[in-house]
Amino acid sequence: MSAPSIETPRSLSRRNAQRSNFELYSWLFMRVSGIVLVFLVLGHLFIMNFLDGGVQRINFAFVAGRWASPFWQVWDLTMLWLAMLHGTNGMRTIINDYAERDQTRFWLKMVLYVSSAFIILLGTLVIFTFDPNLG
Amino acid sequence: MATTTPVGTLYRGGEGMWTWVLHRITGVGVFFFLFVHVLDTALVRVSPEAYDIVIATYKTPIVALLEVGLVGAVLFHALNGLRVIAVDFWSKGPRFQRQMTWGIAAVWLVVMVPGAYYMLMHSIEAMFGSTP
Repeated sequence: MSAPSIETPRSLSRRNAQRSNFELYSWLFMRVSGIVLVFLVLGHLFIMNFLDGGVQRINFAFVAGRWASPFWQVWDLTMLWLAMLHGTNGMRTIINDYAERDQTRFWLKMVLYVSSAFIILLGTLVIFTFDPNLG
Repeated sequence: MATTTPVGTLYRGGEGMWTWVLHRITGVGVFFFLFVHVLDTALVRVSPEAYDIVIATYKTPIVALLEVGLVGAVLFHALNGLRVIAVDFWSKGPRFQRQMTWGIAAVWLVVMVPGAYYMLMHSIEAMFGSTP
């Protein structure tokens, strides 16, 4: 059984193209943010779904009680930013892998970046401007 | 280790390929839920009533089942992510990657079996249970 021939991964024409370390930092970010998110997200899921009756006890008053504490505000804000950036970078990788046409890849990533930025800003605004006396 | 003729694909099957596939699927699924979850939480800025109405759907039996799926997906993604980190940074990681795969499968089952029961307990009581 002969080994299949595999073409050189970098074509010669691109050898002089500009390189940056962006993909290295993105790779490292996925691992660092991943470790932090293991604690933040699994802790969040445990509190919300298992402790004291789980999701059945969640309502506006419950949220107000939690966000009265800066600890949970910082927890939720960190989790929001890390999870969104981690997820957006993962989606970017998947789009790069499967969308073959340049135009498709470009527009899918634009939709991804715009919607991610919207969700990050909305979530941040909600945590910072929450008003327990609303209504 | 699967012994297939390496023609036409770089993926040779086996545990490593399937954890990679599952890691992508669970990642995409959790990411889309995260969008929905930030939007539903944003309703606390609209009114307490609007928030409570939408959160009420999270307490129905069908959505409770979806929540078990979400927790299962997040837990797999977290455990497999730690395995990937161990393969990348621990000198013996690559040698033990298959044992780690079965290890995370075991941890996942040990957490999810009682976890699913606990998360569905309220739904089971609401549908089949008798209240005294």
